[in-house]
Amino acid sequence: MILVWLIVIPFLGGLLCWYADRLGEQMPRWIALATMLFVLVISLWLWVTGDFALPQGGQSQWLLEWRTDWIPRFGIEIHLAMDGLSLILVALTGFLGALAVLCSWHEIGHRIGFFHLNLLWILGGVVGVFLALDLFLFFLFWEMMLVPMYFLIALWGHSGSAGQTRIRAATRFFIYTQASGLLMLVAILALVFIHFGNTGQLSFSYDVLRQAEVPEAVAPWLMLGFFVAFAVKLPVVPFHGWLPDAHAQAPTAGSVDLAGILLKTAAYGMLRFGLPLFPAESSAFAPVAMTLGLVSIIYGAVLACGQQDIKRLIAYTSISHMGFVLIAIYSGSELAIQGAVVLMVAHAFSSAGLFILSGQLYERIHTRDMRIMGGLWGRIPALPGFTLFFVAASLGMPATANFVGEFMILFGTFPSAPVVVVIACSGLVLAAIYSLILMQRVHFGPEYRNGILAGPDWREYFMMLTLLALVLLVGLYPQPILDTTAGLASLTAELFAGAPGDQLTKLSGEVR
Amino acid sequence: MLTAAHLFTLLPLIIVGATAVAAMLGIAWRRHHAGTALVSAAGLIVALLLLPLTYPAADSPPLMQVDGLAVMAGALILLSALVTVILSHHYLTGYIGPREEFYLLLLCATAGALALVASDHLAMLFISLELLSMPLYGMLAYSFRAERSLEAGIKYLLLSAAATAFLLFGMALIYARTGYLDLAVLAGALTGAPDLWMLAGAALMVVGLGFKLSIVPFHLWTPDVYQGGPAPATIFLATVSKLAVFVVLLRLVHAAPVFSSEWLQTLVTVLALLTMLGGNLLALFQANLKRLLGYSSIAHFGYLLVAIVAGNALATETTGVYLVTYLVTTLAAFGVVTLVSSPFGGEDADGLPVYRGLFWRRPYLAAVMTVSFLSLAGIPLTAGFIGKFYVIALGVAASQWWLVGGIVAGSAIGLYYYLRVIVTLYLPEPGMRRRDVSNDWGSRIGGVTLVALAVAILVLGIYPAPMIDWVQGLSAG
Repeated sequence: MILVWLIVIPFLGGLLCWYADRLGEQMPRWIALATMLFVLVISLWLWVTGDFALPQGGQSQWLLEWRTDWIPRFGIEIHLAMDGLSLILVALTGFLGALAVLCSWHEIGHRIGFFHLNLLWILGGVVGVFLALDLFLFFLFWEMMLVPMYFLIALWGHSGSAGQTRIRAATRFFIYTQASGLLMLVAILALVFIHFGNTGQLSFSYDVLRQAEVPEAVAPWLMLGFFVAFAVKLPVVPFHGWLPDAHAQAPTAGSVDLAGILLKTAAYGMLRFGLPLFPAESSAFAPVAMTLGLVSIIYGAVLACGQQDIKRLIAYTSISHMGFVLIAIYSGSELAIQGAVVLMVAHAFSSAGLFILSGQLYERIHTRDMRIMGGLWGRIPALPGFTLFFVAASLGMPATANFVGEFMILFGTFPSAPVVVVIACSGLVLAAIYSLILMQRVHFGPEYRNGILAGPDWREYFMMLTLLALVLLVGLYPQPILDTTAGLASLTAELFAGAPGDQLTKLSGEVR
Repeated sequence: MLTAAHLFTLLPLIIVGATAVAAMLGIAWRRHHAGTALVSAAGLIVALLLLPLTYPAADSPPLMQVDGLAVMAGALILLSALVTVILSHHYLTGYIGPREEFYLLLLCATAGALALVASDHLAMLFISLELLSMPLYGMLAYSFRAERSLEAGIKYLLLSAAATAFLLFGMALIYARTGYLDLAVLAGALTGAPDLWMLAGAALMVVGLGFKLSIVPFHLWTPDVYQGGPAPATIFLATVSKLAVFVVLLRLVHAAPVFSSEWLQTLVTVLALLTMLGGNLLALFQANLKRLLGYSSIAHFGYLLVAIVAGNALATETTGVYLVTYLVTTLAAFGVVTLVSSPFGGEDADGLPVYRGLFWRRPYLAAVMTVSFLSLAGIPLTAGFIGKFYVIALGVAASQWWLVGGIVAGSAIGLYYYLRVIVTLYLPEPGMRRRDVSNDWGSRIGGVTLVALAVAILVLGIYPAPMIDWVQGLSAG
């Protein structure tokens, strides 16, 4: 039942915020903050009390499970389950949700109640995605979270140069993700009906459909249906067209959610559904996926170097980082998959930090154009220092969480795909370049204007210090995350057994 | 021969007819707007309540077949007509000129629709189709002082007549070939492979019905008629008329084997693809809400044509579920337009700018509209998603990959204009506005109905199991 509450609480909180609008301007913010902290506290409590030992034979891989009939006509159930990976991501959602509320405290000045309604409903949808185990339910949450995100970008976004661009960016985001989602729906339905044809049992259940025997001619297409939906959301390079605009136009809270959590739903979807449903096809597809990952790494990094808009720059770095995650997921190595989880968490922290910082800069100098920044190091207290830290995290400096993630990914992938790793490493060099470009153009160089700007207030200090502490904590002691996700990673790696990844599993076993 | 049992089965139809007569006599005696509306609504409600009692019928009256499909369609028709009556009262309150006749026309058309969905004989089909269409001409041209309304009425009259000619010719060909007009016998008489005359006859009938369903390329009248007609007449056209014609098309396909011949299936597949893509593409840059909804309804019937092509056991159920979701959604969407256009003021408020910033003036009305447009777009947690899910499932189960691809592409295109309308509701208000809803809309019966429809959309989207059971039970019988 606690899983249901994790999903329902944000939705209820959102409605409450909408009504609380009448009670005063600050009311919705406090309610939203309390709601997200509540979710965070529940998930942390589950983490502390949970038992994440590797599932032994016959034992369920789920920490918690809840199911009830929903649409019996199609064998659709409300089936929620949580394992280590979902738990980490739900906790992350709670944390970044609270952060998103905090960082829009001064930025959003009108229609506050409705803003928080949308914000909380996105988060509720995301929690649903992380917990749903019935494929219909998963698809439902997957699509549902787009609507409030659309409103967030379209109504509270920054207008770009030509008046309507935020609406265009929002529409593009929606159409990309919805259309690819429908492909996934078609693939899900095809899978269900193939299983129905084989056994006469109509079911959308994860456990049942994993056993489905799909004809060899069809299976690659179904796998592609899932892959495209996830690849659009991740995003992988040919499908990334929506991301830079959506990030550039979204309000800070929207960017934080988008980069921090929404992109992670795609990686989660691949790990939970894409690979387990089609293990053989995925393993055959791995070279293509890894190539796409490489293209994303290089392409994202090179384009990041050429951006003028600070948020677009960060958006392109996200594409680059997600390329590493994609490679890790398809490497079939336990170590690399664990690295992917760590990198996902690390990227959520570091990109949230950078987006919040660029939001704070925008509040002070009212621009995101790096051509007219410059020399801010001397003009703002403390903020440039934080920027330096998160930039260093983003480029994968040792002692930060990003380093741990990238290192594990590269190390784990090397035995099976050395060439990929060698090329991916060049992405690290490019990361250093774009990170330093960002630092140089914003905070160093000639001063564009004079005068001291306000330093961070307690709220901004609090957000930054928390993120900083978390990045360092995970960077220095990632073991709790590794312990929590070990079960999932070993199960996923087993799927690739027989494929090139299997000698790797042994290797990573020794490392662990 | 008609027996007492037959009459009992026909009771809903008889009551609707009697209500029409009562309304007419009332008008002759003393005009009273609210009274007429009340009598019409009461008649429809009584008919609706009696409908479940007539099923399962021991045996159907001559020329008719009162089966599960007919009862299901009848319930949906009566409900839609009821909502239309409620909204019409709201709309016509300020109308200059006679108001009561509108209900008379509406009741006649409803009776026609009820007979149409139960018809089991080509003659019955033809008569009831005309009984449905004739009053619609009057309803569409009702505010004849407005140029567009008159244009809409005449346009619909002419094209409808052309469609009727096609339909009759098709029937004549089939009759010439077989010598039967009875659907049940027709099905039995045709065991061999259909020849050219049969195919031509069937194709002509599909074309004739396709006009009424505004299937591309027979859709040219739709936007003008939707835009010009008074909002309640447009609602009736988009819901009751389309539903009844579609049900009869489905019945034809199930009954007569010629309609499921390979050649005709290919034809319908092509028409379906054209319709779903054409409807969505044409709606893309519409700034007029009623035209946009017209194109959107074209696209929706394109999706639904998958049920005609697939033609298996799941098809009837899909049709039922899709029609339920389509009706609730369309009634809500057009209902908002009607409410904003009420009381009647010459032209309907159908320009998109009128709706700009509606959310900040009338949050609940805008919420109703948002929900209905999300449902039209098929977003999860709304009824529209369940309908779309069914259609895609049907397409996948029947391995109609072209149609499935068409649905996916059509939905992606459709999102663009649905989102455009939705976001308009939330944009900051412009400095001046021409029309607005009265402050007390929420406490009036029309407003209450709209809110109920929006709630129904959400409930059907979140917990569709009872609706699916109902449809499944009826479509099996």
